[in-house]
Amino acid sequence: MMSVPNASMDHLPTPVLDVEKIRADFPILHTVVRGKPLIYLDNGATTQKPKQVIEAVRRYYERENANIHRGVHYLSQVATESYESVREKIRAFINAREAREIVFVRGTTEAINLVARSYGASHLTQGDEVVISAMEHHSNIVPWQMICEEKGARLKIIPINDAGELVMESLPALLSPRVKLLAITHISNALGTINPVQEIVALAHERGIPVLVDGAQAIAHTAVDVQALGCDFYAFSGHKVFGPTGIGVLYGRAELLESMPPYQGGGDMIASVTFEKTLYNEIPYKFEAGTPHIAGVVGLGAALDYVQSIGLGNIAVYEKQLLEYATNRLEAFDDVHILGRARSKAALISFNIEGVHPHDVGTILDQYGVAVRTGHHCAQPVMDRYGVPATVRASFALYNTFHEIDVLVEALAKVREVFR
Amino acid sequence: MTLPELKDLYQEVILDHTKRPRNFRRLEDAQLKAQGMNPLCGDKVEVFIKMNGDVIEEVTFQGAGCSISTASASLMTQILKGKTIAEAKELFEKFHDLVTGKAKDAEFHKKLGKLLVFSGVCEYPVRVKCATLPWHTLKAALEGLDKPVSTE
Repeated sequence: MMSVPNASMDHLPTPVLDVEKIRADFPILHTVVRGKPLIYLDNGATTQKPKQVIEAVRRYYERENANIHRGVHYLSQVATESYESVREKIRAFINAREAREIVFVRGTTEAINLVARSYGASHLTQGDEVVISAMEHHSNIVPWQMICEEKGARLKIIPINDAGELVMESLPALLSPRVKLLAITHISNALGTINPVQEIVALAHERGIPVLVDGAQAIAHTAVDVQALGCDFYAFSGHKVFGPTGIGVLYGRAELLESMPPYQGGGDMIASVTFEKTLYNEIPYKFEAGTPHIAGVVGLGAALDYVQSIGLGNIAVYEKQLLEYATNRLEAFDDVHILGRARSKAALISFNIEGVHPHDVGTILDQYGVAVRTGHHCAQPVMDRYGVPATVRASFALYNTFHEIDVLVEALAKVREVFR
Repeated sequence: MTLPELKDLYQEVILDHTKRPRNFRRLEDAQLKAQGMNPLCGDKVEVFIKMNGDVIEEVTFQGAGCSISTASASLMTQILKGKTIAEAKELFEKFHDLVTGKAKDAEFHKKLGKLLVFSGVCEYPVRVKCATLPWHTLKAALEGLDKPVSTE
């Protein structure tokens, strides 16, 4: 039998969070998979929901459900108040200047599409350029490709080095006078790299180029301050920060949002409509056509309250412990290769086992109750960069434990046993 | 010790064909070929066929994929040698029923021969596409499709 390197239950670090108390808040973490306790290490795909979020959504439907911004009746006012109070909560959470800079969307993908379709379509012309990086998720590539193709503009790519960090020296040369926008991920979903957003924004702004930040992987793991980052747009999804699916946020600087044409037409986004002319509503409503996912907004509010009750500072410290522990344990296998060695890295490990396809690894880990992501992680250019078709990705959150990492490592030893 | 269920999926024959895939090469004088891919996991396979009249004289494959898709392609190339197009298509149907758990009687199993090692796949619905990708690609080649086939 293959030995499990350095099994070290007695050398576990002391967690800085009361993880058992946190785990008690997440009903799904008590799921039994094939007779074994679920070990959920697919937080990069979506996070689980605490009972506070589930309860908030339930309470909304049981006691507050009505359409917003419409009725004079009691419930409509209650629903509108709940909805708008979350907008203010989000403003505070990411330290935006004003609540009207917070636009509710379906998720990060829709937020990026909104900016591409609205800001991109009204600013890009033939020969212009949009700069992205080699580590983007498809959702921060394809919307730009589509609008560039439509406008005859070009996509320029910031390269990454072997460690999975942006080659920052290449950036000044890429920021030509033709660049109309720079779109960059805060944290790479495939490599875990935390990008130096502040520095990138400073370089872009020196040249008058606005910056969009894809915050999908960052929002649950690091404190986000859009004013400190200096970015012009920041996009994130509720479901990646312990909230419901189908709700997300686009932060945009007020003057930019005001200058942008609407993204979709419909109810709520208008001030007045005649068949001759429609006057658009103020921001953010101009970008919120149709009845929104009100329950999702309420749930997202509860999720952010939950995160704040624990503190993103504490979460970041604990996840760093998890990352270091998991990295050390995986490195003890001589045939496990980790992709992404950034000095500044989030709690996510992409890896491959020599001679074993990630799909097979995923199937075997699942037999041990361990849920990981296997595949290209919607980041095929990253896979191409490293010459692999896919990887296994273990992505951690505040409720994961050192013991769960031990089980992952034991299950990986079984993988090697099967494919010996 | 390995979980017993895993042994059903990763049978010795499958592991052997994963490590040493048979007929794993381009066939320069192939009359028929096709590419297949599974966009969800990035598996890619290319199938080459040399015909002699209506009979499949030789099948080879190339590509990169998981254990299940590699072993499936490898065993497919072995079993199809000397079969007619109609027999190959019938075998694919039988194989498809096997990995989707639709047919379990002994009479049916007899026809599948070595391919029976994939009977465990039906317990793993997400892996059905891995097992059938080479066959879908083969079918595309036989039908002369020049567009890559996709499992999606």
